[in-house]
Amino acid sequence: MKRHIEFKDTQREIHYFRVRLALSLGFVLLLLLILLARFVYLQVMQQSHYQTLAENNRISIVPIAPSRGLILDRNGVILAHNYSAYTLEITLNKVVDLKATIDELAKLIDIQPGDRKRFKRLLADNRKFESLPIRNRLTDDEVARFSAQRYRFPGVEIKARLFREYPYHEQISHLVGYIGRINEGEAAQLEEDEMAANYRGSDYIGKTGIERSYEGELHGKTGFQQVEVDAGGREVRVLSRTPPISGSNLVLTIDAKLQEVAEQAFGNYRGALVAIDPSNGEVLAFVSKPGYDPNLFIDGIDEQSWNELNNSPDVPLNNRALRGQYSPGSTIKPFMALAGLHYNKRAPSYTISDPGYFNLPGSRHRYRDWKKDGHGSVDLFKSIVVSCDTYYYGLATELGIDNIYSFFSEFGFGKKTGIDMEGEVSGLMPSQEWKQKRYKQKWYAGDTVSVGIGQGYNLVTPLQLAYATATLANNGVAYRPHLLKEVQNSRTSEKQALATTLESNLNLNSEHLALVKSAMVAVTQPGGTAAKAGADAPYTFAGKTGTAQVIGIKQGEKYIESKIQERHRDHAWFMAFAPFDQPKIALAVLVENGGHGSSTAAPIARKVLDYFLLGKVPQPLLIEDDAEGVEHD
Amino acid sequence: MIKRRLWQRFITHLDPILLALLGLLLLISLVVIYSASDGNWFRVLAQMTNILVACVALWIVANMPLHYLMRAAVPVYLLGLVLLIAVAFFGEITNGARRWLNIGVTTIQPSELMRIAVPLMMAWYFEKHEAILTLKNYFIATLLLLLPVALIARQPDLGTAILIAASGFYVLFLAGISWRIILTFLIISVASMPLAWSTLHDYQRHRIMMLLDPAQDALGRGYHTIQAIIAVGSGGVVGKGYLSGTQAHLDFLPERTTDFIFAVYSEEFGLLGNLVLLSLYLFVIMRGFVITAHASTYFTRLMAGSITLTFFTYAFVNMGMVSGILPVVGVPLPLISYGGTSMVILLLGFGILMSIHTHKKLVQT
Repeated sequence: MKRHIEFKDTQREIHYFRVRLALSLGFVLLLLLILLARFVYLQVMQQSHYQTLAENNRISIVPIAPSRGLILDRNGVILAHNYSAYTLEITLNKVVDLKATIDELAKLIDIQPGDRKRFKRLLADNRKFESLPIRNRLTDDEVARFSAQRYRFPGVEIKARLFREYPYHEQISHLVGYIGRINEGEAAQLEEDEMAANYRGSDYIGKTGIERSYEGELHGKTGFQQVEVDAGGREVRVLSRTPPISGSNLVLTIDAKLQEVAEQAFGNYRGALVAIDPSNGEVLAFVSKPGYDPNLFIDGIDEQSWNELNNSPDVPLNNRALRGQYSPGSTIKPFMALAGLHYNKRAPSYTISDPGYFNLPGSRHRYRDWKKDGHGSVDLFKSIVVSCDTYYYGLATELGIDNIYSFFSEFGFGKKTGIDMEGEVSGLMPSQEWKQKRYKQKWYAGDTVSVGIGQGYNLVTPLQLAYATATLANNGVAYRPHLLKEVQNSRTSEKQALATTLESNLNLNSEHLALVKSAMVAVTQPGGTAAKAGADAPYTFAGKTGTAQVIGIKQGEKYIESKIQERHRDHAWFMAFAPFDQPKIALAVLVENGGHGSSTAAPIARKVLDYFLLGKVPQPLLIEDDAEGVEHD
Repeated sequence: MIKRRLWQRFITHLDPILLALLGLLLLISLVVIYSASDGNWFRVLAQMTNILVACVALWIVANMPLHYLMRAAVPVYLLGLVLLIAVAFFGEITNGARRWLNIGVTTIQPSELMRIAVPLMMAWYFEKHEAILTLKNYFIATLLLLLPVALIARQPDLGTAILIAASGFYVLFLAGISWRIILTFLIISVASMPLAWSTLHDYQRHRIMMLLDPAQDALGRGYHTIQAIIAVGSGGVVGKGYLSGTQAHLDFLPERTTDFIFAVYSEEFGLLGNLVLLSLYLFVIMRGFVITAHASTYFTRLMAGSITLTFFTYAFVNMGMVSGILPVVGVPLPLISYGGTSMVILLLGFGILMSIHTHKKLVQT
């Protein structure tokens, strides 16, 4: 009985299986018929169409490069634009003898050895069938001369191309950056990102600064033409054309005029300045001195200029605002004071008597105040106004590195601000953990003492300090700093404003803030360390000076500026915001080897504030070389 | 006398009809590769070597009794799975995908092994539970399929993943999974299309978009498809003649000896050539179905059916992609395209078919 059922089941199963197999065969036949239909369609019905396509294949697809978006400042001042000019171009695989051709060309057109060298480099980086420029920006005369003799030069053509230009040259160079020819590495990267097709007609790509960070917006979308060409490779007619879409214009948050004022205020000093609108994080000025001329880089920089830039002791290619890391010096004192109040380690009225130095309990090592005999009795307010070191040695010791670390991290020290420019560095906010990892050493009490006046392990970038100043000015509400204000569609002129990003709200006690900020105002008034720079200001502004040591001074020695080589002099800092009650601008200035904050950095800040708040254009700057200013930190 | 017996012994387990059809297709392969490689004899010789190695594999498998094959199912499947996991962790990245595994002496592509291992494992599983097939069994078999498919799709190698999924689906289908489940699955997959879209890699989306409108990216990936369609279309009814395809010989076609070899063939031999090729494929498939229909056990039926249908799928997907009705997924044209691994795997499959056919006969007589 049982057997019978099983037998029947197997029969049924085989039956079902065969049904399914038959269905599969039907499926196969159906798909084969579809294929056959497709072949008949292509090879019979459309045969002549494809025949033409194949015969003229020969139909070449010619990319049309889009024009690159402009870069404008917040008021519409052009920082980077394009202009059209003629170039003389050679396609290598259409030329029989390259050297002879160039020699002949040189008789008609001015071709310098530098041009030849650059062309050789281009050849190495590009493929043989690409048309490469040997001379850019031909004069009308040269165009006419070549055109008359064109028949003698197969493979050589004159083309109209768009060139990038940076009208501000050395000013704003670190901010705007530059474009240059796409190199092999970048080409490989584009290939990997599936972007190679969009760069088929493009020779240039953003290399640094805004040009690089917003390459995607600036570049645009490549168009193309399907062109029918004859046997000789000349165009017969255009079959179809998809126009390119120009790159978007970028409106930056920068005020070019303010930037100019700031750059000029530096005179011959090296350094950096970053100014931020505290209410939204817009970067108003972004200076790194010295600059370089970005126009040099567009078509490959010549060797001499490159050597000059690269070997200069001033390192002009270094973006100091973004990548320079310096000891913050006394500029951290306002933040230390806030930390002291926040952790209840200092009451506003708490007063110390400053003998001019500080000892750790049980140690004879003297941590000296910058003022040899001390400042007398000092409370929190005065400690900021006169920049008393002794006060902060004690405060730092009582706070301990853990508290200092967590409080300062909140202000963005030791972290990237997240500004929209590539290459930012994070500075350094030391902690016990960091020292263990970095030096395999435990944290010593003495380390905390030096950190307390910004001369320890801590390092900040000018951007970071400006950001922290803006956060302080805005009562602890921090907006991420950004350089891009709007993206402007080049076709529709539609503007798309960028949303500001609220980074954090530190929820600081308003009484603490008021006290520290008022002390910073006193800094710029008679009796304060920046009294000179603050003199006769028609607005109230808050500031703090700082000095970053470049070389260490031994116990018992005295730092005498005039006796020290220029490049070993201290770096000068100044941070400021104004107007005091409703801050519109917060900034940080660093002057390399500028000595003291009060003598070089603060006057620069004052000029920037004067222009920004009053529209006052400063007279050519004179930085007093004040030897007795040693007394000011 | 001894010689004759030896010969007899040598050919007992081969299927003459199938062998003749395969021989014709392989002959076409050599002829087309010579043209596609611009008369490069080394390419032709290399393909001959591939064929020779694959034939040895075919002979060995054809002579292997079926229970060997069944016994191999689980270890081969597990080995394949382990290798796939190894690829996910230690695989070498080429062109943005992690598909190859370096095993010291050489690099291997474990997904190729899975082309046989997956249907083998599933057929073994169904055979084991033949007596009482419940919904649970279908579910487990589907899991056995989806695990390697997911690993391969992640590499990412969408083409191979889809084809292995197809080979597994054929086993499920032939094993009698109910129409209701198939229908439900179809509805769910159509409904979840938007979700699947969001998990695809950019380049995969790109390929699908391009299928809809290749002209949209005429400079990038669309270029290959456009040039291949031009090659096929311009071939016309009788073709441009052997070695005279302009698309092929002027460098307009990509990957001429591998994925796009059909464009070369089609341009030079035209619609008539295509009819010959389609007929040969159809005969191979029909022979495969005859073997399937006569297979004696559940396992062999499923195995033979899946191998035949998978073979067809490869041929269809490749020709469909070259003629522009399917997206470019990087599948070679079976038995024609240049390539060692895929040749060995294909002939291994036909070896299994022959084994199924001939070993049953021995049992019967």
